[in-house]
Amino acid sequence: MVKKIFAYSYIYLILLLMYVPILVLIAFSFTNSTYIGEWNGFSFQLYINLFQDKEILIALGNTLIIAFISSLVSTLIGTLGAIGAYYSKKRTRTLIENINQIPVVNSEIVIALSLTVMFVFLGNFIFKENIFSFWTLLIGHVVLSVPFVYLNVKPKLTQMDPSLYEAALDLGCAPSQALRKILIPQITPGIVSGFLISITLSLDDFIVTAFTRGPGLLSGEGNIETLSTLIQAKIKKGPIPVNMRPLTTIIFLVVLVAAILVTVVKNQSKKKVKVRKGRAA
Amino acid sequence: MKLRFQRKELCIPYFVFLILFVIIPIFLIIYYAFTDTNGNFTFDALVNFFSSTNKLNVLLVSLLFGLVNTILCLVIGYPIAYLLSNKKYNSNYIIVMLFVMPMWINFVLRTGATRDVLSWIGISGGEHPYITTMIGMVYNYLPFVILPLYSTMLKLDKSQIEAAIDLGCNRVQVFTKSIFPQSIPGVISAAMMVFMPTMSSYVIPDVLAEGKIVLFGNSIYLSYSNYQWGDGSFMALIMLFIVVICMLATRNFGDKDEGKASTW
Repeated sequence: MVKKIFAYSYIYLILLLMYVPILVLIAFSFTNSTYIGEWNGFSFQLYINLFQDKEILIALGNTLIIAFISSLVSTLIGTLGAIGAYYSKKRTRTLIENINQIPVVNSEIVIALSLTVMFVFLGNFIFKENIFSFWTLLIGHVVLSVPFVYLNVKPKLTQMDPSLYEAALDLGCAPSQALRKILIPQITPGIVSGFLISITLSLDDFIVTAFTRGPGLLSGEGNIETLSTLIQAKIKKGPIPVNMRPLTTIIFLVVLVAAILVTVVKNQSKKKVKVRKGRAA
Repeated sequence: MKLRFQRKELCIPYFVFLILFVIIPIFLIIYYAFTDTNGNFTFDALVNFFSSTNKLNVLLVSLLFGLVNTILCLVIGYPIAYLLSNKKYNSNYIIVMLFVMPMWINFVLRTGATRDVLSWIGISGGEHPYITTMIGMVYNYLPFVILPLYSTMLKLDKSQIEAAIDLGCNRVQVFTKSIFPQSIPGVISAAMMVFMPTMSSYVIPDVLAEGKIVLFGNSIYLSYSNYQWGDGSFMALIMLFIVVICMLATRNFGDKDEGKASTW
């Protein structure tokens, strides 16, 4: 009993510590003081201000757009890559898997710098102009997330029953039909988790964004700002901008809902597995 | 027109993408590290790096930070992962989820919040840069340690542990002879998830130490903002070298696909 209380208090203490910074920001989103720790009475003023703060709203929009598009691209080529590699000769597959592992283990700043150096090189010698733009940023985010799509789809392919695809072909499906109707549905869980990881990686990224972004699409004259780059620029000069506090509350709520959904899905699939096991027994 | 293709050809776009944006950039880093602005071969960046006590200091401090952070995260996270994997304490996924959740909130925002809260309670980065940076590092990387450890611990062989107890091991011996050896793959992948990102981190020291601590990431960032591609590339090459060494040193131990990929 004592052991149990001790164990629980340790877990909850660490959890509490991990949430302190976020919870403090959320608490002070309900007052309109400049500094954290200063309470000017309860108000929703900051929430009203947030929805008039163009800078933050644009950065938020950019962040979401980039996360969505880059994850879509990553999921598409990563999934096709995994399928193709699965049916390739062992040598090709090993080669792709080894290259795939490079961005996974490599540190983010090396990925960012290597891409930047390449874009500088292309800009200097081939395009003869600065090519940093939305597109270079997109490439950066895809490089960051695509290996994880591959890693999530691959195990689903190995678990799949290979004879189903052959059966579909025998029954008159064209390869593209068999792919769509038989193969893709079986690996969908892997594709979905690959997509979700891509989203989280892109939303959270600072380094690659800071290095590979440029002006143009989404931003006009200036560099594209995402939430990460905007917050970084602000907190270099002072405390977290007050209008960020209500945004933290909103992000926290969205994350909470997502977490609850994931937990429910996980518990359900666990139950399903249990039922299946029970039947087999 | 009917689309005709072989299944294995589906990987061509991915393969091309990897060559263009993973392989070629790495070769370009090597190229820039050993050429001057006119494209002539030179060892300038190498000489610059190894003759500058400043940069060698940065390397040393980064390695130290990486090491200390890895150890702290493992010491704090190991018991958590063990308790979470134990059915007696945790029968569902909710608490694990609670440890994962902060990772989904923007990392720069969390780092800024940590700094603001720390300075509220009187620990400012200007006066205690090492303390604040270390707190920020542990705070940020703890989930990355807990997850791989947790998924390794779920696979612990319970009967081996029971056998150890039956054969007369005391608690310490059960841990040192059965639980810990079985969890080594998780420990290794957790350490890899923390060590290198810590060394090369930019935002955490930049924000929490108010510029008083320069790690490898900050150093690379600085040469990037000064357009010193040669020096930056050389440092990136060193970072890459450290990554490769870590990979080679641990490749026989680690759990392959654990870690970041198991977030979901």
